[in-house]
Amino acid sequence: MSDSVKLMDVAIWRGDATGGAYEHFEVPAQESQTILDVVSWIQQNQDANLTYRYACRVGMCGSCAMMVNGTPRWTCRTHVKKVLDGNKLTVAPLRNLPVIKDLATDMDPFFDKWVEAEGVHHPSKTRDDAIELIDPKSSARVEANTGIECINCSICYAACDTVAGNTDYLGPAALQRSWTLYNDARDADKQGILDAVSGTGGCHNCHSQGSCAVHCPNDLNPMKAIAGLKRATAMSFLKNGR
Amino acid sequence: MLDIRLYMLQRLSALFMGPFVLIHIAVMIYAIQGGLSTGEILGRTQGSVTWFLFYAMFVIAVSVHSAIGLRVIVHEFLGLKGFALSTLTWTICVVLLFMGGRAVTAVTML
Ligand code: SF4
Ligand code: SF4
Ligand code: FES
Repeated sequence: MSDSVKLMDVAIWRGDATGGAYEHFEVPAQESQTILDVVSWIQQNQDANLTYRYACRVGMCGSCAMMVNGTPRWTCRTHVKKVLDGNKLTVAPLRNLPVIKDLATDMDPFFDKWVEAEGVHHPSKTRDDAIELIDPKSSARVEANTGIECINCSICYAACDTVAGNTDYLGPAALQRSWTLYNDARDADKQGILDAVSGTGGCHNCHSQGSCAVHCPNDLNPMKAIAGLKRATAMSFLKNGR
Repeated sequence: MLDIRLYMLQRLSALFMGPFVLIHIAVMIYAIQGGLSTGEILGRTQGSVTWFLFYAMFVIAVSVHSAIGLRVIVHEFLGLKGFALSTLTWTICVVLLFMGGRAVTAVTML
């Protein structure tokens, strides 16, 4: 690196639910710098009013996702070098969610849909029963395991064009959660899960184009989980009429 | 905008349509070898119960399948929903049934 500090041109979306615009900042480039570092630098050095959200800074909590140069990304684990477009960066709030202020979105619709999709555990035992032994090699458990590393970051939800076009659509993460629970031997309401994902916003609206799988920072594949739900609901429809 | 019922209807109509399309094309290629006039084609199809049933089912499958497909596109691109969306779905289905029905009766009825 040369002695003179290289300055990046960073456009940050500023505004709230009623609207807003991009504001440009000059930010010194550093070795090993993440998008979250850039946003934090602006907040600490240029405008203390800049609003954004993060917690863990190590890719665990799922709270720091934003649109970076038009792509949804976890900003704490995205290196500037990987995404810098010439000398420019554009950072905006996550797509498909209402904005609270600046880069912070309201994630309620995203989480409400987890509950709507019956993405909640339905216990089959009480605290007095013995702990159920689960065979980690059983095919259902292996399938369930493919979805459990989800960090609820909403990146797939932001990447999904079906969510953009159909506000009722439950979205990739919530449906993947339903599929995980459907395959969990300890869940006692499988039909309830299938019913919950069979409505007008359910799994059958997925166009299987896979943006969710492409953008998931943890390399999960919600599209595959949704295909599983489509199969299971179709079988249930043919057998039980629902 | 697809619940399980519409989804199954669309998949099942597609399941029917696949073989229908193949048979339709295969018979066409087979029949016109050596040349065939409109009169000769109508001579074979008019009064044929088999061709009437074949094309009647074809038209039903196409009408159901297209109406549901267009419903999804119209909802996602134009935001139409609720009663308006259902009305549009049914209208598309009925118009296609009517147009297809006319064609089928013209070709297969005496
Ligand atoms: S595959 Fe389905 S859930 Fe994933 S982004 Fe596409 S439409 Fe959305
Ligand atoms: S599936 Fe992936 S992208 Fe979607 S919320 Fe979970 S971790 Fe994030
Ligand atoms: S801050 Fe927790 S995942 Fe980025």
